[in-house]
Amino acid sequence: MATATADAVRVARTPPGSLEQVAKLTRYQLREFLRSRRFLALTAIIVAIGAILTTVVAYFRSDLTGLVTNNLAFYGSFWAGGANLVIVLAAVFFGGDAIAGEFQNKTGYFLMGLPVRRSTVYVAKYIAALLASIAMLGLYLAILLGNGAYYLHASALPWQLGVSLVLALVYLGAVLGATFLFSSLFKTSAYGFVLTAILFLFGFTLIGDLVTGLVKIEPWMVISYAESTIGSMFASPINWGLTGSVSRMTIGMGRGAITTTTYTSGIAEGVVIMFVYLVGTAAAGLALFESEEFT
Amino acid sequence: MTPSLEAHGLTRRFGSFTALNSLDLTISGAKCVGFLGPNGAGKTTTLKLFTNMIYPSEGSCRINGIDVRTDRKRALADAGVLIESPEIYPSLTPNEALEMVADLRGVPASERRERIRTVLAEVKMEQWADQKVGRFSKGMKQRINIAATLVHDPEVLLLDEPSTGLDPRGMAEVRAIVRDLKQSRRLIFMSSHILSEVVDVCDEVALVDKGKLLFYDTLDNVTAKFAAGHGSVDVGLARPMSPEDVAGKIAPLAGVEKVLQLDPKRLRLRFQGGLDGQERLFDALAALRIGVISVAESESALEEVYLSQISRGD
Ligand SMILES: Nc1ncnc2c1ncn2[C@@H]1O[C@H](COP(=O)(O)OP(=O)(O)O)[C@@H](O)[C@H]1O
Ligand SMILES: [Mg+2]
Repeated sequence: MATATADAVRVARTPPGSLEQVAKLTRYQLREFLRSRRFLALTAIIVAIGAILTTVVAYFRSDLTGLVTNNLAFYGSFWAGGANLVIVLAAVFFGGDAIAGEFQNKTGYFLMGLPVRRSTVYVAKYIAALLASIAMLGLYLAILLGNGAYYLHASALPWQLGVSLVLALVYLGAVLGATFLFSSLFKTSAYGFVLTAILFLFGFTLIGDLVTGLVKIEPWMVISYAESTIGSMFASPINWGLTGSVSRMTIGMGRGAITTTTYTSGIAEGVVIMFVYLVGTAAAGLALFESEEFT
Repeated sequence: MTPSLEAHGLTRRFGSFTALNSLDLTISGAKCVGFLGPNGAGKTTTLKLFTNMIYPSEGSCRINGIDVRTDRKRALADAGVLIESPEIYPSLTPNEALEMVADLRGVPASERRERIRTVLAEVKMEQWADQKVGRFSKGMKQRINIAATLVHDPEVLLLDEPSTGLDPRGMAEVRAIVRDLKQSRRLIFMSSHILSEVVDVCDEVALVDKGKLLFYDTLDNVTAKFAAGHGSVDVGLARPMSPEDVAGKIAPLAGVEKVLQLDPKRLRLRFQGGLDGQERLFDALAALRIGVISVAESESALEEVYLSQISRGD
């Protein structure tokens, strides 16, 4: 009988160290993403965005002379404009139900039977979502570089693009951190999707505008404010600082005049804000997942 | 020797409702223990506490001496767990899912293929090894789940109603699989609300009801203790018997406590007097010449214990 031979040779297995388990689980999660319909859908969406961009540039090239001759202006508008959308979409697609889905689909019950820390599951899923999102961002960048190479010919890439790319990656980390936090707040996938999409597509911007308009202070507490550094990297002069710059514009004269105030985040300030979001949401999300029960 | 499973004052409340009430249980050695109780008794709650899926309100539990609350990773290292019906990522094949489990559990790469083949054979799913789990039926998924608990050949197996939710054939097959898993160096702790399943598969039984452990003992002891000289047999007859004859001829026989006519040709007799009483009863039955063609010990002895125990305090 099969069990008789098994009787003779049983060895207790020692699970790999937690870091090694994170690496292993990340690989398996990533394979899940690559096989998912979602990955395909998002790839299609980004290719579509890229196609629209290419068409717009081709069609309006005579009106956009400034854009298609100046590489700083070209990347400043098209990279900065699209990166936020791609990042938020990727976060929604790969992170929106990362934790909630484990509860809702009962796949978490399978993982919880294994000798892994809960934090291992959380971190591995986060890294996998991050890598999948970076792939999407890379795809968008590749389309952009293709257009750039065609219209701007072989002119050197602006160094600002490199810094902006790093800022975009930090922003992506923070957005995913928040998405994972939302995803662990609920045991139903849909809430995570909706909350992430609403907050990052316009919610935070709205909050930032309200803070500026009503309280009249710099909206440093809002992550979309930090996100604007991805675009302001291409402005001149660049504010590298830890405090935002203010510009006021007055429309009208005398008693009817309206003054609008606009804050622009300093680059260092933006990085700090994004890191605070990243660390804060990671800590909160981990603690939440640790306390959540698979009832 | 460190006990395989230990619960100390293990308590879990949901709001004001106590699902598990101060469970003290220590199980050592290689055997199959049935964790028996009706629906809602607290079985799943107990197993989820043992695997750190939920947390205790009070008390603690250990697997192989390791507190699951403080170190779930080490506590579960030499255990296999199947609670409710977990889902495997639907895009995985059994081979891939079990590869992941083996990898995360530290089964060396060189042995994985062989181990996976072995456990898939044990649950009779070899021919499905490379099909996507997402398309499997409930019963097939459950077998893969069972295979997943076995990949690392664990010392402790925790199974929560492994046959529940399956069709009768699936239930019988899962029971047969669990029976095959019994070996000289493994503890199987299996919950069930079906007495006959526990009798069929297990060596010992822990009975729970309303969150309380009522007793934990070997099946033999439980039967002996609660039967206490009482026995119960099913008698098959060649010819139908009228209820009047049953009342007039069978009921007055020495030692008979109760007669139940299961159908016109089948009687269930409850009697006292142990083996001697049983012998006298059979002689008397034969002397009646009523066409006795079979006498079998009825399964109702334990069932009576079960029913009488779980209805206490209602
Ligand atoms: N998450 C929960 N919230 C509230 N009550 C629960 C929860 N989980 C279980 N219970 C209650 O606890 C009792 C025991 O449940 P359970 O352990 O699942 O029983 P069993 O597995 O023995 O059928 C039941 O009455 C059930 O309703
Ligand atoms: Mg149950």
